[in-house]
Amino acid sequence: MDLRKLFLILVPYSWLLALFLIPFAIVLKIALSDYAIAIPPYVPTLDGIGNWSDFKTFLSELDFENFIFLTEDELYWRAYLSSAKIAFLSTLMTLLVGFPLAYAMARAASEWRPTLMMLAILPFWTSFLIRVYAWKSILSQEGYLNQVLLWVGVIDSPLMILNTNTAVYIGIVYTYLPFMVLPVYAALEKLDDTLLEAAEDLGCSRFQAFWLVTVPLSKPGIIAGCFLVFIPALGEFVIPSVLGGSDTLMIGKVLWEEFFSNRDWPVASAVAVILLLLLILPIVLFQRNEQKQREAEK
Amino acid sequence: MKKTWLPLAAALTVCVSAASAQEVRVYNWSDYIDDELLEKFESETGIKLIYDVFDSNELLETKLLAGGSGYDVVVPSGTFLQRQITAGVFQPLDLAQLPNAGNLWDVIKDRTETYDPGNAYSINYMWGTTGLGVNVGKVREVLGEDAPIGSLDLIFNPENMKKLQACGVHFLDAPGEIFPAALQYLGEDPDSKDKDVLAKAGELLSAVAPYVQKYHSSEYINALANGEICVALGWSGDVLQARDRAAEADNNVEIVYNAPSEGALMWFDQMAIPVDAPNPEAAHAFLNFILDAQNIAAASNYVYYANGNLASQEFLVADVIEDTAIYPDETTLQNLYITTPYAPKIQRVVTRMWTKVKSGI
Repeated sequence: MDLRKLFLILVPYSWLLALFLIPFAIVLKIALSDYAIAIPPYVPTLDGIGNWSDFKTFLSELDFENFIFLTEDELYWRAYLSSAKIAFLSTLMTLLVGFPLAYAMARAASEWRPTLMMLAILPFWTSFLIRVYAWKSILSQEGYLNQVLLWVGVIDSPLMILNTNTAVYIGIVYTYLPFMVLPVYAALEKLDDTLLEAAEDLGCSRFQAFWLVTVPLSKPGIIAGCFLVFIPALGEFVIPSVLGGSDTLMIGKVLWEEFFSNRDWPVASAVAVILLLLLILPIVLFQRNEQKQREAEK
Repeated sequence: MKKTWLPLAAALTVCVSAASAQEVRVYNWSDYIDDELLEKFESETGIKLIYDVFDSNELLETKLLAGGSGYDVVVPSGTFLQRQITAGVFQPLDLAQLPNAGNLWDVIKDRTETYDPGNAYSINYMWGTTGLGVNVGKVREVLGEDAPIGSLDLIFNPENMKKLQACGVHFLDAPGEIFPAALQYLGEDPDSKDKDVLAKAGELLSAVAPYVQKYHSSEYINALANGEICVALGWSGDVLQARDRAAEADNNVEIVYNAPSEGALMWFDQMAIPVDAPNPEAAHAFLNFILDAQNIAAASNYVYYANGNLASQEFLVADVIEDTAIYPDETTLQNLYITTPYAPKIQRVVTRMWTKVKSGI
């Protein structure tokens, strides 16, 4: 029995070790190294652990210089901040668009639900890159959107949307919408209708019932959806580089420049380590809080 | 039982022979070869060719420095090649396997020596200049008949750029080529490695940055050809390709390339073989194929770039060999400069300034 338990725990932990902790250790090691003109472009490198003193000299050559460097130039914290802002606002917008969608899906007649579900997932069948590029032809100055708006007469001259932050928001909301819709839908679908009836019987208006019953009960779905959107959006590189302008500042682009233009893997790794810490801390704190609440409820 | 195993065994032998058959993986710049040449190489040598493209030296360099890129032939530009040789990325060429190497042109070989002493690691594929691609009609419409279409004043004078903004201006996303151009315009040494001097170029670039629609190193070909933009600071042959695409489309777009009268950067794209190339023998065969006078002439005739192959010149069409935008005359040649790589610390300064130019931060 104990062995079985151990095994069950072992599976997720070895997954975590192999796919997260080991890669993280490698990135951290590079972040503590120095730039060099060589393959790979940093020193020191660890060529297998021969003996303990080798390993000790290797460790002594590592330092936090690159992390200190990141604090010296405003570019980095501004990029983190601007990424966080873009990720936060797009998460909010994804929720505003995604929740009604999920709600409508969950309220639809049960024979329609599989079809609606299918429609929500369908865009995934096309390559992500192609879908982002397609937005270029929609948003450009000669694009479909401007043509339609000009034709309808809403605007007199074409709007400049492509190569701006607006295009980045549109791209992120569009791309990550299914990640919001699916968990929210899953939460709403399980909702017991009798609870709503009870709320109304007890004098709630329909809106009050929605706000006091439906929304709190779909909270786990909303939170899961927000995490699924916020985390990848924060480090997003493809959408800002295809749809954004040269003044769109996101940490993914800064990371690219460090890695490709400066060839400075150690600084690039330091940027990545900080990004990871910024993501992990709030998640861990949040989970702690959840756990406490759950225990309090018991 | 035996019978059922036969097809499988046959399939296995096929697989084995396919794997042992020669294969060469080439990583070259986008829009940089005539596809017919690739087919010709395969049918002449029987070597299977896998051809991938990139559009920035930085991308190539990162793959090379990571090691195990899997490519047999890569095409970095001179300044990048020099640093990569220092890093130990390439293997020396085996001249015995390159009988066509005698076709190379001394004028170019002398210059590429700066990057690759003794030309031990690389052969020149193409060379060109960085200059002005101009949609003549639109620019004259905006700036008048005497618009300075052959001068850096066109793109580095904020007054001109303010007006050109409406019809669209693209710059290469290549700080190593834009900073030298800005320095040349300011009358400084284009190859300067001095932080303060580079800062002046940074200021100049920041002053015109609000009017630059995009910094990109390959989109401007189509954008120029479609008339979406009216000026590009780009590579000679790419602009000439845009000129031809516009002519083919017959869309009343007339594109001209000018090496700036202030002086233009001359660059060299060099073919080299990574030290860990899976098939150096096939790589040499590819290089030798490219060194063939008729083959490289066909490539130049297609991409509108000059090559470093003297023997090829008799096979070049008049459009190419007689065009001074491609093969500059003596006086223009005097006006061209070359640059050397930045040391890591200065590279960081330049990249940082470039980010500041592009993002304002």
